[in-house]
Amino acid sequence: MIEYLQIFGQEVYKIVFLLVPILVSVAMIVWLDRRVWGLVQKRRGPNVVGPFGLFQTIADALKYIFKEIIIPASANKVVFILAPIITMTLALVAWAVIPMSEELVLSDINVGILYLFAVSSLGVYGIIMGGWASNSKYPFLGAIRSAAQMVSYEVSIGIIIINVLLCVGSLNLNDIVIAQKNLWYVIPLFPMFVIFFISALAETNRPPFDLPEAEAELVAGYQTEYSGMMYAMFWLGEYANILLMCAMGSILFLGGWLPIMDVYPLNIIPAPIWMISKILFLFLLFALIKAIVPRYRYDQLMRLGWKIFLPFSLIYLVFTASFLFYFDKLPKVNF
Amino acid sequence: MIVHSIFFYFFSIIAIFSSLMVITSRSTINSVFFLILDFISVGCLFIMVGAEFLGMILLIVYVGAVAVLFLFVVMMLNVAEQKQSWFIGKKSTHIPTGLIVSVLILLELLVVVGGWKYKEDVMSSSTLVLSNISNTHQLGLVMYTDYILYFQLAGVVLLLAMIGAILLTFRERVGVKKQSYFTQISRNPSTAVELKDVKSNEGVKLDD
Repeated sequence: MIEYLQIFGQEVYKIVFLLVPILVSVAMIVWLDRRVWGLVQKRRGPNVVGPFGLFQTIADALKYIFKEIIIPASANKVVFILAPIITMTLALVAWAVIPMSEELVLSDINVGILYLFAVSSLGVYGIIMGGWASNSKYPFLGAIRSAAQMVSYEVSIGIIIINVLLCVGSLNLNDIVIAQKNLWYVIPLFPMFVIFFISALAETNRPPFDLPEAEAELVAGYQTEYSGMMYAMFWLGEYANILLMCAMGSILFLGGWLPIMDVYPLNIIPAPIWMISKILFLFLLFALIKAIVPRYRYDQLMRLGWKIFLPFSLIYLVFTASFLFYFDKLPKVNF
Repeated sequence: MIVHSIFFYFFSIIAIFSSLMVITSRSTINSVFFLILDFISVGCLFIMVGAEFLGMILLIVYVGAVAVLFLFVVMMLNVAEQKQSWFIGKKSTHIPTGLIVSVLILLELLVVVGGWKYKEDVMSSSTLVLSNISNTHQLGLVMYTDYILYFQLAGVVLLLAMIGAILLTFRERVGVKKQSYFTQISRNPSTAVELKDVKSNEGVKLDD
């Protein structure tokens, strides 16, 4: 029994030391997002609380904690409370398999990429449940839009993942990273990287695909009835999901924790720093796109997902498979 | 081993409880939520016996896509009203039909499960080596060699279902204004704006 308790204690220790940095970096990333947004629009962005306004998000979070949680009288209370909890939990749970270096990963499972894909596809439930349980028009419309959008773009993300897996021959995230030792997949699979990036924007409901919370039409979409800490949980979950998508992009295409080149001054920099800088690079792209691209119309969004991305990624999949087969480059599995 | 069995009972109790709740709960939305819980716990059971690939695919396909569409339908349709008209109306033909279909399915299940036989050489198949190959590879090795025909046939059945669904819901709408993205995007001032000299008291006819 003592043995089990020890293992349990160790795991809890590891989980805490994974979650705390993620929550802190989510807070910092919100600040960065607003800062970049401000810079693009020639504003200053948050710069009052703390040095460079770094503590702005923490101040916001404190404000949310002390605000009253209002539950609408006609809402389905259980589902209403469950929705933000699910969003937040799913966003954090996925980080268990993200490798920060070859050893620095909470659980190095065989089907890591499938786990990531499964967890990110469950994320839609938080939004659907929140929208439905609010029992009001705008949240419901927002939830329906968001569900359709996330299900559509998951399909193309799935096919993009298959493209990468064809080149790797393993579903383990560390294997995917190590397979890119000589060449990052962003070079041979560049079109897939672009489509992955755009689909990730749609999957996380970021602008230009933030139709679920289009403030001009739907007030705030599925979050309209939420207040206080429950709203903050939706918001934290959303940013944790964005970071997760960036991590997924850097693992699949940018070589994860590998340095740019395996030469002297670059390969003494520790692996986690490479991983974090790649995540940050992708996040900066996310933030820039939020600031410079106008919102899509709903039919344009659906057309892009189903009529352009899906056929294109399928064709590219056939191309990748034929190329690998013809040049005998298919990954060999040694038993 | 104790921990393993504790988790096994934990997930199986949740699975059984939630599948009972699916058919007994009064609100249809709750039924769907319990169905999702059921899928998730069955997925966890799959992972516990070492079939990680199947467990994850169950989560991705059933929970991530199929159940979302279920939820969609249940939320959009007024199911309570439908129920009223189905079960309380005088000439309800739904209950007998449902009974016939469910009895047929039960019989089919009995026939299939009762006469279950593995292909004789499935355990000694040359392609399947039960060693330290990962579960996904094993599945692929069996599925794309011994069972390739069934695999392809399953794909064809799914394709047929998809085409059928599209045919059933397809209707050509007339008199609806359609937008072409290319003409919208390729508009520029010289093609979009036209200057007209309007004479007083005569007006001008614009072609549209």
